Amino acid sequence: MTLTRRSVLTTVAAATALPLVRPARAQAPKIKIGVLNDLSGPYANTGGITSVICARQALEDFGVAAKGLDVEVISADHQNKPDLAVSITRQWFDRDGVDVLLDVPTSSVALAVQSVCREKNKVYLNVGAASSALTGAQCSPNFISWCYDTYMLSKSTGGAMVKAGGDSWYFLTADYAFGKQLQDDTSTLVKAAGGKVLGSAPYPFPGTTDFSSFLVQAQSSGAKVLGLCNAGGDTVNSIKQAHEFGVNASMKIAALLMFINDVHALGLETAGGLNLTESFYWDLNDKTRSFTKRVLPKTPNNYPNMIHAGCYSATLHYLKTVAAMGAAEAKKDGVATINHMKATEVEDDCFGKSKIREDGRNLVDAYLFEVKTPAESKGPWDYYKLKVTTPGNEVFRPLAEGHCSFIKT
Amino acid sequence: MIMIFGIPGPLLFGQLLLGLINGAFYAMLSLGLAVIFGMLNIINFAHGSLFMMGAFASWMLLNYFGIGYFPSLILAPLLVGIFGIILEKTIISRLYKLDHLYGLLLTFGLSLVIEGLFRNGYGSSGMPYRIPDILQGATNLGFMYMPNYRGWVVLAALVVCLSTWAIIEKTSLGATLRAATENAPLVQAFGVNVPRLITLTYGGGVALAAFAGVLAAPIYSVNPNMGSNFINTVFAVVVIGGMGSIMGSILTGFGLGVVEGLTKVFYPQASATVVFLVMVIVLLTRPRGLFGKAA
Repeated sequence: MTLTRRSVLTTVAAATALPLVRPARAQAPKIKIGVLNDLSGPYANTGGITSVICARQALEDFGVAAKGLDVEVISADHQNKPDLAVSITRQWFDRDGVDVLLDVPTSSVALAVQSVCREKNKVYLNVGAASSALTGAQCSPNFISWCYDTYMLSKSTGGAMVKAGGDSWYFLTADYAFGKQLQDDTSTLVKAAGGKVLGSAPYPFPGTTDFSSFLVQAQSSGAKVLGLCNAGGDTVNSIKQAHEFGVNASMKIAALLMFINDVHALGLETAGGLNLTESFYWDLNDKTRSFTKRVLPKTPNNYPNMIHAGCYSATLHYLKTVAAMGAAEAKKDGVATINHMKATEVEDDCFGKSKIREDGRNLVDAYLFEVKTPAESKGPWDYYKLKVTTPGNEVFRPLAEGHCSFIKT
Repeated sequence: MIMIFGIPGPLLFGQLLLGLINGAFYAMLSLGLAVIFGMLNIINFAHGSLFMMGAFASWMLLNYFGIGYFPSLILAPLLVGIFGIILEKTIISRLYKLDHLYGLLLTFGLSLVIEGLFRNGYGSSGMPYRIPDILQGATNLGFMYMPNYRGWVVLAALVVCLSTWAIIEKTSLGATLRAATENAPLVQAFGVNVPRLITLTYGGGVALAAFAGVLAAPIYSVNPNMGSNFINTVFAVVVIGGMGSIMGSILTGFGLGVVEGLTKVFYPQASATVVFLVMVIVLLTRPRGLFGKAA
C-alpha cells in the first residue's frame, strides 16, 4: 500500500475517534499488581521473573476475566538498591496507578518501601524479604509477610542444629538488614538453648565473592556450627568454598536461608546432606505438583521455590479479597483490604490452609528438609527429603515478642 | 602460640596466603587491562564479562562436549580470545581516534549486553563446576589447611603473569609492540602490520581474562555476575599500579590481595572498601600510580 497523505489523515482520524465509539458500560476499575524484585542480580533466580510468572498464574487460575475483574501484573528491577526501589514505588503509586506491591526481596529494600506503602495507604504483600523486623519493630498495617522470615528460619534450621548437639556457633553474615536480623534471631535461639556464639564475620554485601578468609577464621574459632546468614549466590559460594577448605569436615554447616535454586546451583555432590527450611517444595504433595506442572512450561529452567509459590498464593488470596470487596473498594483503602485479607483463611495449592495474624504474619507451616545425595535423587530437581514439619503457629515468633506498634496488647 | 596484633600468628599467616591467592586473580585481570590500555588506549570495561565468558566457556566445553578442565585451560581462552578479536575488528577499532571516554562507554555497554545474554540463557544462580580430581583435597601447611586447587591457581597465575611480562618487555615481538604504541606510523613504515598487531594484542588481553575465568570456575559459582563483582576492584588495582604498567599491575594485584585479606581479619566490613581507600591515597600522593612513568 502506498502511503498517501489522505490515507494517513484518515487513519489518524479513525484512531482518535476510536475511543469515542467504544460502548460505554460500567466496568470494574483496573487493579494493578506491581512485582518489584531483583530481575538481574544475585537474587534473580530465587525471585526474579519466575515470581512475575507465578503471580500471573494466579490471575489465570482465579479466572479474573470470568469474574468481571480487570487485573494487570507489571514488574520492575530494583537491583537490590533501596533508593531505586523507593523511587519506582512512588512512580508506580503516583503515576501508574499501582494498587499492590508484591514480592520485594532484600530486607533493606523492603524496609525502605514499607513506609511508602503506609504513607500512600496501599497494599504491600511481601514474599521475598526475610527480616522478621518487618512484622516486629518495623511493622505496618498495610503489610503482610507471606511465607517465611528470619525467625522461622532460625527456629526450624537452627533449632534442629542445636537439638543435634550444635551448641557453639560462628556466623558468616551478609552485612545488611537481612543478614544481621538472621544472625540476631539465631543467636537468641542458640543462647536460649544454652549454646554459645563464639564470633561472627560480617562481610560487605553485595560484592564479596571470596569467603576463604572468613572460613579460615571460623575454623580456628573452634565452634561446632558455621551459621550462614546470607542468601543466593553468596550462600552457594560460601558452601562451595567451605568444602574446598575442609570446613565441612570440622564444623556442621547451617545454611539458614537456602532455596532449591541454590541447591541446583551448588550440585548435589556438594549440597547433599545439608539441612534447610522452606515452606514450599514442588514435590511435597499432589497439589504442589499440580501447581508446578502449571507454571513450569513458562519457566522451564527454574523450578518454583517458596518465594515463587508465595507470590502465587499472595496474589490469589488478594484476588479473592478483591472479588469479595469489589474492586473500587479494594483500590480505595489499603488497610481495609489488608484487614479483609487477614480476616479470611488462606487456602491454595502451594501452602494448603493458613491464617494471617493481625501483625501481618501469614502462619504457614515450615518444613525442615535434608538435601538428597546424588544417589538418592531420581530425577531433575528431585532434591529434598522432608524431615520435620513445624506448624505455623509454633515456628513463627509469638505475637507479643514482636512488639509491633499498632497491635494493642 | 605467637600473637600478632592480638591475632594468633597461624591465622595471620593463613590470611596472608589467602590474600596472595585472591591477588592472583587481581593480577591476571589487571594485567590484561594494563596490556590493552597500554597498547590500544582503550579502557576495556568488558574485561569482567570476558572473564565470565572464560568460566562459562569451560563449563560449556565440559557439559556439551565432555572436554575436561585442563584442555579447557587452553581452549577456553582461545575461543574467548577469538571472540575478542571479532569484537575488536568489528566494533572497538572504530573508536581509536576518539577520546578514551567513548571506548569506556562502548565496552561498558558491551559488558552489559554480554552479561544480559548469559543471564537470559543461564539464570543468575550459577552453575556448578567441579575441581579436577588431581587437584582435589588439601594440604596441611601447619598453620592452615591449604586446598590444593588454590595452590595451583597461584602457581598458574604467577607463570602466566611473568611470561606475559617477559614477552612484552624482553622479546623482539614485545619491542615491536611497544614501538607501535609509541609511534604507529613510523613502525608501519618499517613494514610492520600495526592494525593486526593491535588486534592480536586485544585478543591476547582477552584471552588472559578468559584464562583467569577458567581458573575461577571451580572456586566461585559460574554465574553471569561473577565478572562485575571483580571488575571494580581490578580497575582500582590498575589505577594504583599505574595505567599501562605491566609489572606494576602484577605487583599491585598481589599486594592488594594481601591488604584485602588482612582487612578481613581486623575489620571485615571494610574489606570491600579498603582497595579504594588505597586508591585515593595513591592518587593524592602519586597521581600516575605506584609504577607509572612520568609523562
